[in-house]
Amino acid sequence: MALDDLYREVILDHYSHPRNKGELPDPDIKVEGANPLCGDELSIFVKLDGGRVADVRFVGRGCSISQASASMMTEQIKGKTIDEARALAGRFKAMMQGEAVSEDELGELLALQGVRKFPVRVKCATLSWVALEQGMDEFETARGKVTAKATSERS
Amino acid sequence: MLADRVRADFPILQQRMNGKPLVYLDSAATSQKPKRVIDALVRYYEEYNANVHRGIYRIAEQATEAYEAARRKVAGFINAPRPEELIFTRSTTEAINLVAYAWGRVNVGPGDEILLTEMEHHSNLVPWQLLAAERGATLRFVPFDDQGMLEVAVFDRLLTDRTRLVALTQQSNVLGTINPVRELAAKAHLVGAKVLVDGAQSVPHMPVDVQHLGVDFFAFSAHKMCGPTGAGALWARYDLLDAMPPFHGGGEMIMLVHLDRSTYKDPPHKFEAGTPNIADCIVWGDAVDYLQGIGMHSIREHETQLTHYAMRRLSEIPGLRLFGPESPQRRGGILAFDLDGAHPHDVAQVLDQDGIAVRAGHHCAQPLHRRLDISATTRASLYLYNTEEDVDTLVTGLQAVRKLFAPRTTSVSGS
Repeated sequence: MALDDLYREVILDHYSHPRNKGELPDPDIKVEGANPLCGDELSIFVKLDGGRVADVRFVGRGCSISQASASMMTEQIKGKTIDEARALAGRFKAMMQGEAVSEDELGELLALQGVRKFPVRVKCATLSWVALEQGMDEFETARGKVTAKATSERS
Repeated sequence: MLADRVRADFPILQQRMNGKPLVYLDSAATSQKPKRVIDALVRYYEEYNANVHRGIYRIAEQATEAYEAARRKVAGFINAPRPEELIFTRSTTEAINLVAYAWGRVNVGPGDEILLTEMEHHSNLVPWQLLAAERGATLRFVPFDDQGMLEVAVFDRLLTDRTRLVALTQQSNVLGTINPVRELAAKAHLVGAKVLVDGAQSVPHMPVDVQHLGVDFFAFSAHKMCGPTGAGALWARYDLLDAMPPFHGGGEMIMLVHLDRSTYKDPPHKFEAGTPNIADCIVWGDAVDYLQGIGMHSIREHETQLTHYAMRRLSEIPGLRLFGPESPQRRGGILAFDLDGAHPHDVAQVLDQDGIAVRAGHHCAQPLHRRLDISATTRASLYLYNTEEDVDTLVTGLQAVRKLFAPRTTSVSGS
């Protein structure tokens, strides 16, 4: 298990230069995610426009994997519909569970594939994604603005 | 150096991790075991495995004698006045729960207070939360200062005639702080409170004398002191144990059983329902023999020197913040720290590649970390088998961590 598989340069880059970091005023979806096992915390803010993700930001503190994954997620889902974003979350989680996925599907997110070899860290990588799913699910049920909570225990 | 003499006693330390020697710096979580303890465990199962206290055949008598001999050894290790005052449990946690359940439910009532500290392990906090909720009692907490020392002036203020129990750790499992148990116990007794001490982190590392400390209840376990997992103990003053109702009901703890009522054995058996963890308790006695053969003063001295060395070496690392007392005399060999720019899980992951085992997280002390305003720390903890080379390897590893997580000067992709 080479450490380079876990700490790919693109991950370290997102960790030290997180994209879309900060709070978003008046979000349609706000989710507070936590990984109770290791104390990773992050909140995701989504602003929708015409059914698409118009803007998304996150704040949080935690390990490089959880923070880089959130940063990469914000870049990938901007402009996507709720269904497209959820489909991407599904493919990302499938990759973390060991399924083969292509670069066409996940792009830069493929860099997180190496986390699979370190089972205790998988929940760090999926935290932002399960939080996003939770928020989007609750948004659809409520048909309006929601503040949701999620933990990495949801799979 | 002590470690050079004893390292050969620990088979696990001879193996290599990722092609490198194992640098084991997690003894505060569980210690490694010397060969004589491992051998004693095999010997029990191969030569005299039998249930205790009832058999009238030879190996059952042998097992019973070995089990009670271990009780005498473990009791003697903390200078308990009588071996009958030592109850075998499965862990420190169970020992504390025993007191909360059997003593607490009778002696703590509405309006009473239990005085704890903000540096307790969850095992010396959650049982009291459960008791307080059930009995309508209130928990009070002694804070610690920026050096990780208990604020004794606040203790004095919080200790009142409402205080039924003072429960505190002798040595913090995160800060390493050694608390002034004897001084606080004497004060607690002046207001009529009982005193329980969590000795999980102290007993393995320094001479401990429960009579000198002047406490009422003392909980500790085998696996942090070169013994096996699954064995712990509660020591308590005999008069307290005698007055307490049982904890668990079942076999081994009864005198006469009728359909509607039972009478119980005297302590310690009253509190040891069911077949005990015979093998591990017996072997705990071998761990005591091993440590006493080396001498607890020698172990304490070795760890104090090594802690001093480690603190000096760690202070060379920019951005590293070490928690706990500055004086090695006031602390044990537990070094919890924060490294600027690198999360503890990342630190531990990178160190693992060099065969270095440290712990990352909240170490079952979330309120303590909240007080420090951090979610997690990296913790390196020392024991008799650790060397200055182990510390040097850790420092080299931490330099590599810093390099890996140093802020990137150029961004791979912009945003």
